[in-house]
Amino acid sequence: MKTWIRSVMAALPAVVLAQSVLADSAGWVQEDCAGCHALDQSAYESLEIEARPERKAPPLFYAGNKFRKEWLVTWLQSPERIRPAGDYPPAHIETVEGEDRIDDDSLPDHPALDADRAEAVAGYLMSLRAREDLIEAAEYEPGNTPWRLAQMNFAKFNNCVACHRDEPDYGGVSGPELYTAWERLQPAFIASYIADPVAWDHLTLMPGQDLNASAVQKLVDYLRMMAEDE
Amino acid sequence: MKTRITLLIVGFVALVSVPVLAGDAEHGKVLYEIYCTQCHGMNGDGGGINVRDMSVQPRDHTDPVEMGARTDEELVKVIKHGGTAIDKSVLMPAWDDNLSDQQIDDLVAYLRQLCCEQ
Repeated sequence: MKTWIRSVMAALPAVVLAQSVLADSAGWVQEDCAGCHALDQSAYESLEIEARPERKAPPLFYAGNKFRKEWLVTWLQSPERIRPAGDYPPAHIETVEGEDRIDDDSLPDHPALDADRAEAVAGYLMSLRAREDLIEAAEYEPGNTPWRLAQMNFAKFNNCVACHRDEPDYGGVSGPELYTAWERLQPAFIASYIADPVAWDHLTLMPGQDLNASAVQKLVDYLRMMAEDE
Repeated sequence: MKTRITLLIVGFVALVSVPVLAGDAEHGKVLYEIYCTQCHGMNGDGGGINVRDMSVQPRDHTDPVEMGARTDEELVKVIKHGGTAIDKSVLMPAWDDNLSDQQIDDLVAYLRQLCCEQ
């Protein structure tokens, strides 16, 4: 009994410290990130589509069910653009001599954090786990979709390439690049979001395509195989 | 008899070409910017930022001839269920998960304004 109490007492400072770091990070994230990222689920869900042009960055209230922590820690220290035309492309398009193009100067850079802050912020973001029901319902086991078929599913059959790039200089630019999706995102999130993007984000610009499980499987396999191919 | 047939044809053409949906074009313009301009262009001429690598170019919504060949019902159908619903390209996705019926009517009202009233 004494040994047990001693073990608990010894572990207590670490637990208290971890909670204090989390609380500190929560305050910091609220202060520094909420201006661009939605952190309050109910406030975000009350927004109508007319508010979409004001959004500057993706919502983070389900970050813990979306991102891979190790990627977050690295990316926060040296952030690079994932969405070539920003979170709301029409705000970053200029028409010059009748041709639409991305106005790079209008795209803000994401602040870079030092290693300790990045670790703490990523830890806090991973605690934001809204949409747990969607993650629990999602299923993904790596399949053996042939590469060519997976690629055709992406580019031809489901037309993801219209808005997303599957290599650095090929594909659409209004959606986030997908050749880095596997290293950034949790597999269950990818599968669930492809199947029903609107259930995750009612203001998404990605059309829900009512894809069946087999089509979703092939698309997730493609994103995984792209990462494994590198 | 000939006159009656002519009248019937004229009446039918009028029925399919006159907008019959109660859409709000002003709201449709807001939705058009949000959902459509990435492919159809900020001016609706089909030259959006995504088109460079597309195998089929998006519809020019400012072309009165092209747009005049589509009924409102066809436009509703293609927005709702995608290009394949009217035997057009798979590149046009289905938006029925994202948009309500009223919002789609608003978009169609704006498309009519864009093509034919400017």
